[in-house]
Amino acid sequence: MILYAPLVIVTIYSFNDSKSIITWQGFSLRWYFDMFTGPESAKFKVAASNSFIIAIVSATVATTIATLAATAIVRGGAARYRTASLGLLSLPLMVPEIVTAVATLIFFNTIGFSRGLTTIILAHIVFCIPFAYLPIAARMQGIEDTYEQAAMDLYATKRQTFTRILLPLMMPGIISGYLLAFIVSLDDFIITNFVKGAGVETLPTAIFGAVKMGIKPNIMAISTALLLVSVVFVTISYFVAKADNKNK
Amino acid sequence: MLPVQNQVAVNVRDLVKQFGDFTALRNVSLAIKDNEFFTLLGPSGCGKTTLLRTIAGFEHQDEGEILLFGDSIAGLPANQRPVNTVFQNYALFPHMSVLENVMFGLEMLGSSKAEARPLAHEMLELVRLGEFAHRKPAQLSGGQAQRVALARALAPKPKVLLLDEPLSALDLKLRKAMQLELKALQRETGITFIFVTHDQEEALTMSDRIAVMSAGEIQQLGSPKDIYEHPDNVFVAGFIGETNLLPVSVDEITNGHAHCHLGGGHKVICSAVEGVAVGNDVHISVRPERLRMSAQPSDQQSLPGTVVETVYVGSDVQSYVQLNEGPLLTIRTQNSALGKQAIFALGTQTYVTMETGAARLLQD
Ligand SMILES: Nc1ncnc2c1ncn2[C@@H]1O[C@H](COP(=O)(O)OP(=O)(O)O)[C@@H](O)[C@H]1O
Ligand SMILES: [Mg+2]
Repeated sequence: MILYAPLVIVTIYSFNDSKSIITWQGFSLRWYFDMFTGPESAKFKVAASNSFIIAIVSATVATTIATLAATAIVRGGAARYRTASLGLLSLPLMVPEIVTAVATLIFFNTIGFSRGLTTIILAHIVFCIPFAYLPIAARMQGIEDTYEQAAMDLYATKRQTFTRILLPLMMPGIISGYLLAFIVSLDDFIITNFVKGAGVETLPTAIFGAVKMGIKPNIMAISTALLLVSVVFVTISYFVAKADNKNK
Repeated sequence: MLPVQNQVAVNVRDLVKQFGDFTALRNVSLAIKDNEFFTLLGPSGCGKTTLLRTIAGFEHQDEGEILLFGDSIAGLPANQRPVNTVFQNYALFPHMSVLENVMFGLEMLGSSKAEARPLAHEMLELVRLGEFAHRKPAQLSGGQAQRVALARALAPKPKVLLLDEPLSALDLKLRKAMQLELKALQRETGITFIFVTHDQEEALTMSDRIAVMSAGEIQQLGSPKDIYEHPDNVFVAGFIGETNLLPVSVDEITNGHAHCHLGGGHKVICSAVEGVAVGNDVHISVRPERLRMSAQPSDQQSLPGTVVETVYVGSDVQSYVQLNEGPLLTIRTQNSALGKQAIFALGTQTYVTMETGAARLLQD
């Protein structure tokens, strides 16, 4: 519980009607208005829009790849390939993020890719895949293959079986995976910081940049807003997965 | 041209299916006629599902071939074979309504939704589930889900319907009702049914013909009456209905009659069968309802013994008679006939008489 204390304090002080971050002067939403209208709002609006673009694109691509991978791995092939590919796919979860970050940077430098929004998106897609894959594969494993056989028995092609039967049945896993990938991308700092290139900021890097020059109350409001988005997404993801288990 | 009812719908020839080292089907050959209610009967693990899945196209045989109305279907994947399956667990698509489930096959065959809908409704009426069209499968009882699975498989008008133990999940009363319903449905639609069950009573009730399977082989193929009254071997006699399986030695064969003796020297005469010769030690099968008890020996062959147990089983009374120095016999007497027959109390000396033709000589 003690670990959450800083979060609670930041959240409470984001409602402080004061320019100072330590003295409490009463409840106010001024720093939340400041987020949209204050002197730094332009910078943070650009950063937020970058963050959301990156998160949407990478989560979408990563979820698509994860869905296809889960279909191929869980349904096709021998059991030992299944374990091997699961290991391979979840490797990024175990490698320290800083190592991935450095490796990715070196990779982009080697192939002479200039850093910017594209490099961030590519890096995010790669490290989001395992987060999207795990809930999808878990869901997939729970789907009996008699549904697919029944569809084939009723004259569906492989493709129709996938789109009409498998995909709808996998949907709770896919939504859950998408939300996780989205949040992981939205919150990422380390890898983004390495591959972003000059001038491109996301919310986390912009916050970090601002904090280096001293903590101001508007940062607390922005952080709290980011925290809220994360909590909401993770909660939805959790309930999607759970509600569906009840249905079965 | 052959008359329609004799046309062969599914011709299985020398089918062999192996899973690794294990042989699930050993040279299975069957000719299933068009319009027939055909049952594959056998204990769990004997290969019934494997045979059905091979016909459906979910498994591929290692040897042999399957002809559907004369044409080999070896090259056709499951989604091009004009046969449909009612799966053991029904496998209704949980995200679709009952109606959408039934429409699915029609749509996959190229019908538009507008064309498929009335046909699907018709099918649901046929299984008396018209009002349930808009429910989800999760909102159905077991018996209703079963009927939806049936409607879904029948909707595309398959040439052959495969049913894998479709009634095994239902309770006894519902199962009995569904047995009659299925039989009526088969007659109405004229579609060839291949029905799988491990329940011999169910097989006897429903089938035009039955193939009894054991360990990947067909043991006997025939009408329910054939199989019940003239079992070919010990396995079939023991598996179908209750019977007295008694070891015998064959002493003499004359005029198509085999004279044998049981343990204790009791003499029994039965029809000779191919493959059983003088001097062989084999078995005979006698159904309990074809044995009679009397206080005095009748003019036919009567075997002396002692009543050792009497059990009331509702419609019948079951008596156990220990033949003098011989085997134990189970005898079933109808309750309604009791009044006319002497009651044999425990310990009573009695004579057991077999109806003529009741004893069936079996190959091992
Ligand atoms: N995919 C499979 N892999 C290995 N063995 C199998 C497979 N399918 C069935 N078998 C084996 O083949 C035998 C027959 O199975 P099955 O056809 O399902 O029997 P039944 O339906 O008569 O109970 C069983 O011993 C089963 O273990
Ligand atoms: Mg089976």
